[in-house]
Amino acid sequence: MEVQKTALYNYHKNLGAKFVPFAGYEMPIQYKDGIVKEHISTRKHAGFFDVSHMGQFFLEGDETLVEALEKIIPADLKNLKINHSKYSFLLNNEGGIIDDLIITRTEKGFCIILNAACKENDIKQISQFLTKNHKHLLNNNLSLIALQGPKSVEILEKLIPGVANLKFMTGNNFDYEGEKIYVTRSGYTGEDGFEISISNKKVEKLIDYLISSEVKPIGLGARDTLRLEAGLCLYGHDLNEKINPVEANLKWAIAKKRKEIGGFNGWEKIKNLLANGSEKIRVGIKPDGKVIARENTKIFSSDNIEIGVVTSGTFGPSVNAPVAMGYVKRKFSEIGTSIQLEVRGKKYGGKISDLPFYKKSYVK
Amino acid sequence: MSEKKFSKKHEWVSLDGEVATVGITKHATEMLGDIVFVEVPDAGKAVEKEGQAAVVESTKAASDVYSPISGEVTEGNKAIADDPGSVNTDPEGASWFFKLKIKDKSEYDSLMSKDEYDKFCKENPN
Repeated sequence: MEVQKTALYNYHKNLGAKFVPFAGYEMPIQYKDGIVKEHISTRKHAGFFDVSHMGQFFLEGDETLVEALEKIIPADLKNLKINHSKYSFLLNNEGGIIDDLIITRTEKGFCIILNAACKENDIKQISQFLTKNHKHLLNNNLSLIALQGPKSVEILEKLIPGVANLKFMTGNNFDYEGEKIYVTRSGYTGEDGFEISISNKKVEKLIDYLISSEVKPIGLGARDTLRLEAGLCLYGHDLNEKINPVEANLKWAIAKKRKEIGGFNGWEKIKNLLANGSEKIRVGIKPDGKVIARENTKIFSSDNIEIGVVTSGTFGPSVNAPVAMGYVKRKFSEIGTSIQLEVRGKKYGGKISDLPFYKKSYVK
Repeated sequence: MSEKKFSKKHEWVSLDGEVATVGITKHATEMLGDIVFVEVPDAGKAVEKEGQAAVVESTKAASDVYSPISGEVTEGNKAIADDPGSVNTDPEGASWFFKLKIKDKSEYDSLMSKDEYDKFCKENPN
């Protein structure tokens, strides 16, 4: 398949982006400033991220649409209010996570933001439950821009009055340059911020404004360090089809009502796991020194028994220390438990840590 | 101290009598990005020419540092292990990686000059 580019590809190039292939797209891994500066400027001021490679999947239909989607998504979609969003997943028959996503109720149905690498398969999986009463569209004419950081609200409010009134995980339509754009207060960095769905034609103009407001472009490199410090999962690394939400320590994302009534893919298995706990569970990990425990680093107990594996690990610029996430046997998952991490054949000490590594309060 | 010589794996070496000082080049640090972890060898470790001798990690990935010259390590630079970011600031000065007692000066002589290395980087931008 030919490598794809977002509408901002040339714009990124002019900003000095270094590109890497990611999920079939040429995406900026970093710009001139480098990952650490990009990370810090997002936490201190604001940064923008081109996340247009992610799928913006729109569904419309009659009242049976909720029923159809609830078979594969364990959120309470029936009671999800218009313009409200939830973090959830697509589940397979074993309760494994096909993808993690944000679903928002729109006037006519739902919009689901899907991971780039998964979107084609996701649509296939969702379509199994759809009927002729339901319409769907993966809209490739739209770009998606995340604006993240403490100054985001002040900066975006000046351009698009009203966005400051949005609460976290809600959205609305706004007028911009003669067109309707959809803005949600959300993000994946642990910061306050917005995701802006805007036509490919108008997106450059929006970015011009952000840059004039000293918002830095942020690449995939800093997106990874930011989300990991915030304790958020990256699909394909921390989550996959063989991992269920209970193991992933994401049972909070299954709606209370759905936990009681079920009726979604993998429910039998998940019901059992909710009652009895899973064998392994996702935890935060802090190496003791400066050593970085990257993905696939083996985890051992203090008495040298192999107990798990790291699924994401990097240096956290705001924590100013290495941080990691991984899966360990449940009895070793208590916060503060001493562990060992095998890096380049040597064992280094570490501890099971609370998540997130970096805390910030969202606007509620 | 002698002039700096350079390897294709982006290390530099300078020679003072029988003792060589080895570090990574500015070009290497620019390719790596922000350096966040460094592991240097202990004194007494024997290293081969082009053998793995140290580790450098950026926010992006871990890379091995090879010794462009064989010998016995006399000192690893603990200062850079404590402050990995200093490698980005002064890679070809205070942020050397290790010193070693060399075995064979011809290994040093066969490395690239500054001009040759600059040309090599231009021809091999990645």
